[in-house]
Amino acid sequence: MKGLKNKFKNMSDTSLLLTITIVVFFVMYIGAMIFLGQGFLKPQTFFNILNANAALIILSCGMSLVMITGGIDISVGGVTALVSMCCAVYLDQHSGNVPMSILIALGIGLCFGLVQGFLVAYLEIQPFIVSLAGMFFARGMTTIVNTKPFNVENEAFVALKNTRITIPGMGSYNKLGDYVNAYVEVGVVIALLVVIIFFCLLKWTKLGRSFYAVGGNQQSALMLGIDVRKTKFIAYVLCSLLAGIGGYVYFMHVGSGSASHATGAEMNAIASSIIGGTMLTGGVGNIIGTFFGVLSLSTIQNIVSSAGFDQAWWTGITVAAMLCIFLVVQSVVLARKKVSK
Amino acid sequence: MKKLYAAMMAFLLCIMVAGCGSTPATNAISETETEDGRITIGFSQLGAESDWRSMNTESMKTTFSTARGYNLIIEDGQQKQANQITAIRNFIQQGVDYIVLAPVTENGWETVLSEAQDAGIPVIIVDRMVAVEDDSLFSCWVGSDFELEGKKAAEWLHQYSILNELAPETLHIVNIQGTLGASAQLGRTKALEDAAAEFGWDLLEEAPGDFTQAKGEEVMAELLDKYSQLNVVYCENDNEALGAIEAIEDAGRVVGSDIANGEIMVLSFDGVNRSAVQYAVEGKISCITECNPLHGPRVEAIIEALEAGQTPEKFEYVDEAIYSCFDQITELTIQNQSYPVTILTPDMPEL
Repeated sequence: MKGLKNKFKNMSDTSLLLTITIVVFFVMYIGAMIFLGQGFLKPQTFFNILNANAALIILSCGMSLVMITGGIDISVGGVTALVSMCCAVYLDQHSGNVPMSILIALGIGLCFGLVQGFLVAYLEIQPFIVSLAGMFFARGMTTIVNTKPFNVENEAFVALKNTRITIPGMGSYNKLGDYVNAYVEVGVVIALLVVIIFFCLLKWTKLGRSFYAVGGNQQSALMLGIDVRKTKFIAYVLCSLLAGIGGYVYFMHVGSGSASHATGAEMNAIASSIIGGTMLTGGVGNIIGTFFGVLSLSTIQNIVSSAGFDQAWWTGITVAAMLCIFLVVQSVVLARKKVSK
Repeated sequence: MKKLYAAMMAFLLCIMVAGCGSTPATNAISETETEDGRITIGFSQLGAESDWRSMNTESMKTTFSTARGYNLIIEDGQQKQANQITAIRNFIQQGVDYIVLAPVTENGWETVLSEAQDAGIPVIIVDRMVAVEDDSLFSCWVGSDFELEGKKAAEWLHQYSILNELAPETLHIVNIQGTLGASAQLGRTKALEDAAAEFGWDLLEEAPGDFTQAKGEEVMAELLDKYSQLNVVYCENDNEALGAIEAIEDAGRVVGSDIANGEIMVLSFDGVNRSAVQYAVEGKISCITECNPLHGPRVEAIIEALEAGQTPEKFEYVDEAIYSCFDQITELTIQNQSYPVTILTPDMPEL
């Protein structure tokens, strides 16, 4: 017990918040398995959460990155919609090919990143305002590219969209007694890769450490000889690039272009990052935490609807309550830790 | 920290293994439930944008209540197909007996519907249609013939213009459309466009109002600024009509059927909203074409038929009326079929 207490004291803020997030997620999921049973006992329910949230995981990784540097980027939802629409129009109306559409997605993300990063890092404009403008621009452009929502019928793309990675031994029997395999979509693999790459980047590279340094205290980072502007610039470029990738994953999941795609995705990404232990003040955060943040967020939504609350606002209220609890727990734990030191 | 990760990952693995092991048990649970006589229905409603929609949800709730031996799970899609697809996947995992889907758009349902088929769960589509090549993907469809509704409204306007000796080119029409891509929007828009081409009306512009009052008002205000000559507004639901009337009155114009004297005529659909019906009685809305939201009992009849092993009709249209306070048009004839017009009077009992 004493050892545990010491361990708790010696943990960094980031690890401590991460531990809380992971524990809460497991408590919630196991609780759902025990009390709601049925669907939650099937592994596919968990994979469905991954399938539906692969894009959000990627967006949230980018969001955590800029939040660690003390900034924010609310344009990611808009970029997602723009990427979906541009790729949809390109594939469907200009009979394009899939590799080129991926390049378009990355290109759009990169452009947003370069402009926003430059404005935030070098011209020192408030990141909220810059990305707010970015969001409006992206949403507006989406409507200009095409007003009507439509589904993509490009064969190569539809094949990619329907590609499923079967997970052996995780399937279940349906009502007719046939065995249905468990599966994940391609997007999930991309999301997991992003999580791993960015986890390593933040944990073990010089660049990763400098993100924390810039977010923790800009002055001391400067004195340590870190190029603060360049670091911030890179963070925004990476975030928007991830928004481009996330946008394509989203597009692969829905297979359509629409101006109303991914509305509120930026807010979900911020919520997931916060639940995952990233602090809005900067300097604290972890990609694995963000990953679990997304899972927690969607699990709670899943629980609310499975428990029979039919109104959409119930999900909103539970998410709000959950955010609130997390913020309180985070500040209490951090405050106690400071006292016990 | 590394140990912690390892422990967590191991934990995750345990869940998965536990999941596998417990599969037969889950089956047993759902079987006992069926023996229990309670039928579980997953209803993916597309949203709550209009009074019609709320009434539709309410109809499902009252029909499939716990007291009547059903277990209804409703998921609100908030106007997004992605949400509805997620909801259907949840229903499949929860092992519901029937899935009822009110789709937000027509396209893009093949994948998820074939998943439901693989899981052996019959799907009943309500209200809007799904466009799938293989229509064995769903059991049946219940809803309205939206194009017919549009034709009724257009025919009413046509007869009105003949009775009042209005030349077709003097009818300057704007269309406040519903959510683009929705069946109701597609059908009603097509009917108007066809009629405008056939009779030679001046169709100025079509703009989406998303079936909401706020958007209807906004769009109407813009259109009034743009076209001073407009004299007929075709609203694809009641909520849009209410918004449009507000915008027209704010602009200092008068709503009503007397086009020749500068009034702006409002045509609307649904007939569910109380204030809209009241406006129709007062003549502020010239004609409302009903769109019946009470799908619950029809869906129940289908489920009973399926439970009894019968094959219900693939497509079922609900009967719908036409309301107006203008008493000179009592009957509309469309493709040799006649439809009576219900004439509204102030002393009429509650509709």
